[in-house]
Amino acid sequence: MSTRMSETVQLFVTCVVDAIFPQVGRDVVEELERNGDRVEFPPDQTCCGQPAYNAGRPREAVEVLIHNLEVLDRTEGPIVIPSGSCADFIIHHGPRLVSSEAPGQAGLAKRAAGRVREFTSHVVEKRGEDIGRGDQATGQAGGVPKRRAFYHPSCHALRGLGLRKEGEDLLESVAGVERVEIEDAEECCGFGGLFALEMPEVSTEIMNTKLDRLEEAGVEMLVGADASCLMHLEGGLRRRRSAIQVLHIASALASDRPPPEGDRGSGR
Amino acid sequence: MSRPVTFRRRARRELSTPKPAAVGRAARRFTGQRQWAVDDFVAMEATRDRGRQIRLHTLANLHHYLDRFADSVERAGGRVLWAADAAEANRMIGRLVGDDRNKLVIKSKSMVTEELELLPYLEGQGHTVVETDLGEFIVQIAGDHPSHIIAPVMHLTRQDVGALFQEQLGMPYTDDPSTLTQMARRHLRRYFLTADVGISGVNMGIAETGSIITITNEGNGWLTTAAPRMHIAVMGMERLVPTFADAATIVEILARSATGQRLSVYTNVVTGPRRTGDPDGPDELVVVIVDNGRSRVLRSEAAEILACIRCGACLNVCPVFRAVGGHAYGQVYAGPVGAVLAPGMADFQEWADLPYASSLCGACREVCPVRIDIPKLLVDQRVRATAENDPFRWMGPGMAIYRQAGKRPTLWKTLLGAGRMAGRVKKEGEWFHRLPFHTKAWTHSRDFPPPATQSFRQWWKENRDGT
Repeated sequence: MSTRMSETVQLFVTCVVDAIFPQVGRDVVEELERNGDRVEFPPDQTCCGQPAYNAGRPREAVEVLIHNLEVLDRTEGPIVIPSGSCADFIIHHGPRLVSSEAPGQAGLAKRAAGRVREFTSHVVEKRGEDIGRGDQATGQAGGVPKRRAFYHPSCHALRGLGLRKEGEDLLESVAGVERVEIEDAEECCGFGGLFALEMPEVSTEIMNTKLDRLEEAGVEMLVGADASCLMHLEGGLRRRRSAIQVLHIASALASDRPPPEGDRGSGR
Repeated sequence: MSRPVTFRRRARRELSTPKPAAVGRAARRFTGQRQWAVDDFVAMEATRDRGRQIRLHTLANLHHYLDRFADSVERAGGRVLWAADAAEANRMIGRLVGDDRNKLVIKSKSMVTEELELLPYLEGQGHTVVETDLGEFIVQIAGDHPSHIIAPVMHLTRQDVGALFQEQLGMPYTDDPSTLTQMARRHLRRYFLTADVGISGVNMGIAETGSIITITNEGNGWLTTAAPRMHIAVMGMERLVPTFADAATIVEILARSATGQRLSVYTNVVTGPRRTGDPDGPDELVVVIVDNGRSRVLRSEAAEILACIRCGACLNVCPVFRAVGGHAYGQVYAGPVGAVLAPGMADFQEWADLPYASSLCGACREVCPVRIDIPKLLVDQRVRATAENDPFRWMGPGMAIYRQAGKRPTLWKTLLGAGRMAGRVKKEGEWFHRLPFHTKAWTHSRDFPPPATQSFRQWWKENRDGT
């Protein structure tokens, strides 16, 4: 067993998970607690501000961001975010945005940036040696063929935070799953936040390339750590009537455990 | 405010043609080759850092180095002309080519002359202009525009080129690239020997020596600058480095980033016109230094984009460029670099939607040889766009609500509740096929999930609060 320090973590659940995919949030809580974290959820949180920032509206963005930074500043411990994009925003863009738009609050942005942990990197750190390798060595899981799963390394986790292996390792720890590669695995899925609405045809064309690659590689499960990219990709897959299942990594990890008491939703 | 043809509309038009498929294949191939060349060079990262320093230092002291460069060119026996904009540059070059009509002008590849629309200008003066770069030659006989900084015909297949040669040059059809190249070479050779004037672009000007570097894979750049009596080099005012050693540093990262070569086939250095005793070279060398909006960019928040060394790596890796190709950008500079550069250099209002032609995936920043933070510059340009000519004005009301609710948890929760009500129309597991108003852009190709019947925060409140 690795050394698991019991610590209190703050869950910044993200607006998309809160409103649309709450089961992902519940799976995140379960995984964190399983690794010994005490999870707190500051109830006054809303959204990190990135949608407004990317749209070229720094005033709107900074006000929303600062509200949330103030909420988080009243708490202690690491801030865990189940999204590479929101985490990257608070870590890298927040301090710059705040120091140009609200210089008086620069310290607040810096303090938060230092506490933010993207979900997969936090879990890998917590699991330590004990991350588990699943049963990757064999093509079968208890006589049943394994499901071919691709881990989508979303852009801001990959290029903003330098994360990819963390999610892949976690996916490989899930029993009954074989992690597979697709062509151009690191290419954007075409979501890009409001880009999906501003340039829908271009966004769609990029998405279709990704979906074609998944289908060509015979992928059965698409797993990622950013609910919003997954929402876009699942939306496209459903429109295609594809059988590929889409799962947040937290839900993939939860599927590896016996369900806790009470009902479980549909995954996402 | 008029927004004549938007990126979105042009992209849609391109997507209805077979062009993007060719672009996507070629662009991914270039990116693959670049990766090979980067892995091959142990000092790549350090050389990128050095290259960045050189370019930023040059920009920070641009007027100093421009003066030095001009002095050095004149010391080497050349002349320097300064053009504030395209019209002035064209007039100057037109006068240099000559008042008597029907001069034969050969040209090597140059993005700045595309920017000036020099070729149609000279043709309008009655001269004959021949593009000697194979890609530019194809573009010229097709009556088309380049779609990529270094690969002008990335949007065409070899079958397209074969058909074009058959149609325009009366040559027997083939789609074998080397046969096509031989055909073009034979066609072009006679022009090299009889041209009156050679016009080239400039990859780099060297301030300390007044040298001009042109980098090609075909040797046409060398012939263009050496064979005719007069050589006119057209240079964007930011294309300088201080010293010869600095130029060598840039050369190390340029071809690797561009085509995945260690070095391009020809790195051609010209210092002044032919001297007594030289076997060849032009009698006259004139360098036309073009501003055409660059000073405006230099003074703006996007100044760093001028550090670009025009390798095209950001185009090749960009998912948007790969999807729609260069013509969707509507002007000379395509891809992420073009989306920053064009609005800054030209009429910002007209190009205000270009900075939105990006998912901000960050791939461009990762490959830029001089580490320009292009996504940041794109966002900065969006800030300017929302202030000056917001291409997405319809988002205003939504953003105003977001701003208020984002800092007022009670209002936020009320909106979540309203979303849940809307979601109730869907059965468990069912997604929306059609959304109203501007959000229908989403359901154009994707279903959209209904808000959950119980938000995470409700679940937390009911199950976990106070534990």
